[in-house]
Amino acid sequence: MVHPAPAALDPLTLAFVFLAATVIAVPLAKRFGFGSVLGYLIAGAAIGPFGLGLLSDPEGAMHAAEIGVVIMLFLIGLELRADILWRLRTAILGMGGAQVTLTSAAGAGLGMMLGLDWRMALAVGLILALSSTAIVLQSLREKGLANTDAGRGAFSVLLFQDMAIIPMLALLPLLELAPAAQAGATEASGLATWPAWARALAVIGAVAGIVLAGRLALRPLFRIMANTRLQEVFTAFVLAIVIGVALLMQAVGLSAALGAFVAGVVLADSEFRHEIESDIEPFRGLLMGVFFIAVGAAINFALLLSQPLMIAALTLGVIAVKALVLALVARAFGHRRGDSAFMGLALAQGGEFAFVLVTFAVSQQVLTDAIAGIVTLIVALTMVATPLLIIAAERLMEAWLPAKRGAGEPEIEAGEPEVLIAGFGRFGQTVGRMLGANGVATSVIEHDADQVELLRGFGRKVNYGDATRVDLLRLAGAEHAKLLVIAIDDREKTLGLVETARSHFPHLKILARAYDRRHAYELMRAEVDALEREVFEGGLRLGVSALKLLGHGAHRAERAGRLFRRYDERVLQEMNAHWDKDFKSYQRAVRDHTALFEDLMRNDVQNLRTGYQDTAWDTASMDAEAQAEKGPIAVGFSAKGGVKPSDV
Amino acid sequence: MNVLVLVAHPASDRSRANRALREAITGLEGVDIHDLYEAYPDMMVDVETEQSRLRAAQALVVQHPFYWYSAPALVKEWLDLVLTHGFAYGGHGNALAGKPWLQAITLGGPEASYLRTGRRVDDFLLPFQASAELCQAIWQPPFTLHGAHAIDERELAGAALSYRARVLGLAQAKAARPPAVSS
Repeated sequence: MVHPAPAALDPLTLAFVFLAATVIAVPLAKRFGFGSVLGYLIAGAAIGPFGLGLLSDPEGAMHAAEIGVVIMLFLIGLELRADILWRLRTAILGMGGAQVTLTSAAGAGLGMMLGLDWRMALAVGLILALSSTAIVLQSLREKGLANTDAGRGAFSVLLFQDMAIIPMLALLPLLELAPAAQAGATEASGLATWPAWARALAVIGAVAGIVLAGRLALRPLFRIMANTRLQEVFTAFVLAIVIGVALLMQAVGLSAALGAFVAGVVLADSEFRHEIESDIEPFRGLLMGVFFIAVGAAINFALLLSQPLMIAALTLGVIAVKALVLALVARAFGHRRGDSAFMGLALAQGGEFAFVLVTFAVSQQVLTDAIAGIVTLIVALTMVATPLLIIAAERLMEAWLPAKRGAGEPEIEAGEPEVLIAGFGRFGQTVGRMLGANGVATSVIEHDADQVELLRGFGRKVNYGDATRVDLLRLAGAEHAKLLVIAIDDREKTLGLVETARSHFPHLKILARAYDRRHAYELMRAEVDALEREVFEGGLRLGVSALKLLGHGAHRAERAGRLFRRYDERVLQEMNAHWDKDFKSYQRAVRDHTALFEDLMRNDVQNLRTGYQDTAWDTASMDAEAQAEKGPIAVGFSAKGGVKPSDV
Repeated sequence: MNVLVLVAHPASDRSRANRALREAITGLEGVDIHDLYEAYPDMMVDVETEQSRLRAAQALVVQHPFYWYSAPALVKEWLDLVLTHGFAYGGHGNALAGKPWLQAITLGGPEASYLRTGRRVDDFLLPFQASAELCQAIWQPPFTLHGAHAIDERELAGAALSYRARVLGLAQAKAARPPAVSS
């Protein structure tokens, strides 16, 4: 794509404009509960050609920021091992395939009814069948819905759409309006110029190459990079891989995002997974932000204002058709009513690849400039509407969940709940059952519809939704409860919820589930009333079992476990105090898990030699005194000639 | 004098008598109440902390219900672990030397049920007395509250008052000997 060179700002100023727009608009949008995506889009519109005019070339920026989408798919791939992918195959191929086919057909049909040539109508239908992986996944992640039934369904459909881009790129040139050869036809993609068999070979070869290289070469390379002990080299290597894969895929005409996804899946069970994730995560966030800002800036307000009614009608029409088709498809694939509606509404927008496809289609003489402009505008507008649609979808899903049992059946818990439990997964369940067994009334907030349905079946008070929502906390009884147990499995959300609860319900005592040591320190800084590291106790118990199986007496082993817990809790407090004074080293440690573990080990070596050994019932000093009284003859009689380890 | 009161009841919410005694001495100057079952719910008595607490005290009160003619398990655990050789007894062990030791117990049954056996409550407290003596502490006549199961409010209030007087007596007494200097 060649872009006109407008009187653009220099890169540094532009970067500043992007960042400033982000830090102003996103917190505002979050404050009003809209999620970050809408914030970015509004920021984009504000600085775009129709706002302040600071960003004059939104398409160019969008193109550059597509790497953010690529990185995101790489990260998604990292979290998905091949076996999980295999389990989702019916959803991906069946549901995704049906959605793309039916939505394209419906779009084409409507386009023809509106008087478009059938080829142009089909192209528009195909382009509009895609949804925005970037927006939907970001929103699902923010709402904590990624691992629910509806979230997984939405993800499967998006994955199929990403794969469908390849055949679409192949199909679009065949829909050319005028058969007369056009000069621009060949420059668009290397794919189009190759014969079909070579194309297929190149595609297969590229994917196989990524899988093979990932399996054989990448791991040793990662180890070499890790051994340099230079964080930035490792990060650079990860970025180089992602961008390299993206370039390779583009060269053979595949979607770069798809290639990155494959590379991610290949690396999903590598031991460097977490390091890769944490290194690359900030790039994803920022670049996605740039991408959304560019989308916001691309909204053609002139076109919108010239034909507001037509554009509004078309936008609503697209949303309605897309939502209806996917909801029906999801229903046909056995999803719950609420989940189906959620998926339909969440995926009702146009996708970022629509912009790519529209540009391509224009270059291939498939779409006229006028139609392309309208399609681009509609896609952008549907994207803006998405955060609102997702909020609506959540409410709908909530409303359609089975209500609590009728009046005839008694509730297990009567009266106001004393304890609010946010998150009812493996962790929250244990807390809830334990408190319930002791007659404590609890109220639960959970975002997994399955779980909610199950619990309501047992007559428990369960609220569906995102526990960080103040209205939901209030609904769940936060004003009258005494304690808030935060048992959600997302470290950032946990910290956010601590803050929300502190400012809105200051009377609540807060007990939090800490993901690990670092998270524990963060929670201690947030001054929660109690915290428990989620897997510490389990590891400790297994250590005790190990001691017993090694032949240590059961009581000694139990004591060793309890002593170690006491020791470890003290170290936790000491290191926290130490970091409170030296915030820099705290930050370093928070960034770098290894540094933290090193500190811990050093502490262990010093402490375990002096004073943390179990000296209870030790008779050494009595033996020594008895010996001294008896004289040297009795030496052989003493069962324990040794001295206490602490005396060494 | 600074009096350390070890209170040990595994289910204090179920104990009317013990609670009344405890309330009677709460807030008294120079009286430090230390609830063992609150401090060590896992029985993991912290020896260092307890020993420094003992060193700082000039008198010891051990308050507990009378279970199977003895103290609840944590009291025994505390004695086993805290009163170590070289600290409380033995060549250099004099942390308790010269300090009064008062055992304060609540008994469910009436005094007569003990007398029927031909033994006195004091007889059952012999292990505690001997321990105190080995530590060179000064054994005090024990404070006993009989018939805790059936005691009425007025009687209980009276017992609480006399317990308070006993503890206050310890707190206000002049030290018999200067506090032992630990080695």
